[in-house]
Amino acid sequence: MTQPVLSVQELTVEFVTRRGTLRALDKVSFDVARGEVLGVVGESGAGKSVTGSAIIGLIDPPGRIAGGKVVLSGERVDNLPPEEMRRLRGKRIGMIFQDPLTSLNPLYRVGEQLVETIQTHTDLNAADARKRAIALLDEVGIPAPDRRIDGYPHEFSGGMRQRVVIALALCAEPEFIIADEPTTALDVSVQAQIITLIKRLCKERGTSVMLVTHDMGVIAETADRVAVMYAGRVAEVGPVRDVIKEPLHPYTQGLMGAIPSITGEAERLVQIPGSMPRLSSIPKGCAFNPRCSKVFARCHVERPELIDVGGHQVACHLYDQASAGKTEIAA
Amino acid sequence: MLAYILRSLMQGLVVMIAVAFIAFSMFRFVGDPVVNMLGQEATLQDRAELTERLGLNDPVPLQFARFVADAAQGDFGISYRQGRKVSSLILERLPATVELAVLSAIFAFVVGIAFGVYAAIRRDGWIANLVMSISLIGVSLPTFLIGIGLIYIFAVELRWLPSFGRGDTVKIGWWTTGLLTVSGLKSLVLPVLTLGFLQLTLIMRLVRSEMLEVMRADFIRFARARGIPERKIEFRHALRNTMIPVITIAGVQLGGVIAFAIVTETVFQWPGLGALFVNAVQFVDVPVMSAYLLFVAFVFVLTSLLVDIVYVALDPRLRGSALVPAK
Ligand SMILES: Nc1ncnc2c1ncn2[C@@H]1O[C@H](COP(=O)(O)OP(=O)(O)O)[C@@H](O)[C@H]1O
Ligand code: SF4
Ligand SMILES: [Mg+2]
Repeated sequence: MTQPVLSVQELTVEFVTRRGTLRALDKVSFDVARGEVLGVVGESGAGKSVTGSAIIGLIDPPGRIAGGKVVLSGERVDNLPPEEMRRLRGKRIGMIFQDPLTSLNPLYRVGEQLVETIQTHTDLNAADARKRAIALLDEVGIPAPDRRIDGYPHEFSGGMRQRVVIALALCAEPEFIIADEPTTALDVSVQAQIITLIKRLCKERGTSVMLVTHDMGVIAETADRVAVMYAGRVAEVGPVRDVIKEPLHPYTQGLMGAIPSITGEAERLVQIPGSMPRLSSIPKGCAFNPRCSKVFARCHVERPELIDVGGHQVACHLYDQASAGKTEIAA
Repeated sequence: MLAYILRSLMQGLVVMIAVAFIAFSMFRFVGDPVVNMLGQEATLQDRAELTERLGLNDPVPLQFARFVADAAQGDFGISYRQGRKVSSLILERLPATVELAVLSAIFAFVVGIAFGVYAAIRRDGWIANLVMSISLIGVSLPTFLIGIGLIYIFAVELRWLPSFGRGDTVKIGWWTTGLLTVSGLKSLVLPVLTLGFLQLTLIMRLVRSEMLEVMRADFIRFARARGIPERKIEFRHALRNTMIPVITIAGVQLGGVIAFAIVTETVFQWPGLGALFVNAVQFVDVPVMSAYLLFVAFVFVLTSLLVDIVYVALDPRLRGSALVPAK
């Protein structure tokens, strides 16, 4: 396999608070290949956004990267000096946030914000930057872009604003894009369009994407591979088909049970009992052990590492040869 | 946008009429104008004549209408005490107060914003903390104490600056200015510092807290994610958004600078409107008092109108959309 565009290796992020050090990410590892869309799923608070922030070097204090590496096209970027990291943001890694209504500065025309970003990362003069901005707006599907470029954000609908945000994230042709729940705040009717747009633009450019979403349907249609996060850890990562059809991790199995069925019934078919632990009270061993129906002795003492199981990776002792014999006892 | 300005004009008009009514009522409830003008020894006939001449026998609404019409034309009657037209007394005192208030406002605004931005950007620096601590003094110390303190240090001990009056002034038409002479400028320093200090500290604290709030906004985070340099984020993106709430609140406060000028003018024996008013109160000179009341209200209405206009200029969301929102 060729070198991945993004490689996250044992990334650990901690928030130092008065109540002690909270570990929001605990040895998170995954790779994203060139042109690949990696879906990231997990309950709210699982660490999806923190992962994105850590990659792009924007963790809010008091948070900090406490361990591990972020490697972008072979170059380690998590320890770059702030100014170099700043120049890399927007140029080599783009980011799309959840809420387009608040992502744009309300006091500046969308054109001003585009031109500002383009000129930050290229040597284009104002006139050329404006031309490029109009072309980008056209590409993201904004009608009459030569006129709309002088509009203010409040003159655009939510879906249109998210298109502007996408144009902003793509304007320096980054090799990697983080889209953190890009449609959660949008009207249902435009969600699919936005996802399709992101997918198309990134395909055309060969841009890799980390797509965070709650929507397994979106993952199934859009992602090439999927990572399932739980309590700041990666539970399972693998090709979308495999993970959806044959989830290995008991948590993923529960999640898949909870997807609305293809016939459109929104009811949850299987409920995982309990809820995700808070960062301050993550159990010893496997973080999922209080909710797991297949839990056994080893789960309480030893943390499961990601291991390869038939083309996809899972962090569960059930699949570790060393404990294979004990599964029946638990079942 | 026009509707917005029109609405605030209407509001201003309502405020002015309400204040005019209070000013008008003073004539009826604070002392007896006829006695005030004629003195205790006047004959009954003199009094009856004057009462008739002043129109005090007319129905109250008619009197009020006449009062408003006169005031609108700048006629506030004759001072009981000085026997001169109130309008000329006011015009005489106006330049002193306007120069003091406008300079104080500029001082408070410029320095307040600069320190506020600094304190927000260097949130944890020791200079920022020092500035914040000093600003607490400004908020909690009464104006007259600050004035007296400044007089003690700079006039009494160091003898650098005068402690009272306007110094030499130059007449330009009916306006007298202290800005063109050295002694005039020197005389302005302590009163301006005194009058501006409270507003400065309030504006500074406001700017700091608003800016810290704005810096947490999503669009700031997104600007960082786009790789915009931190300076630009602070001064282009954050500052302008900070100014919107700051302008609204600070603008209204600056209107208060004129009202607060009373204390400063008294401390520094500044020959302005505030001092005129304090004198008028002492002698129950109702026409002067009511004219001053109208003046203060007018200043407040004017500043809030200006604030509304600046607000519209700063915030595109308040200007009507030139484009039809696309779906
Ligand atoms: N600034 C912060 N201070 C303390 N804890 C934080 C901070 N930001 C995030 N966290 C914690 O990190 C965990 C992961 O959050 P996040 O990545 O936002 O979850 P999600 O998967 O829903 O995006 C949460 O438990 C959250 O409480
Ligand atoms: S390691 Fe144990 S507790 Fe964790 S998911 Fe696997 S079986 Fe369940
Ligand atoms: Mg999130």
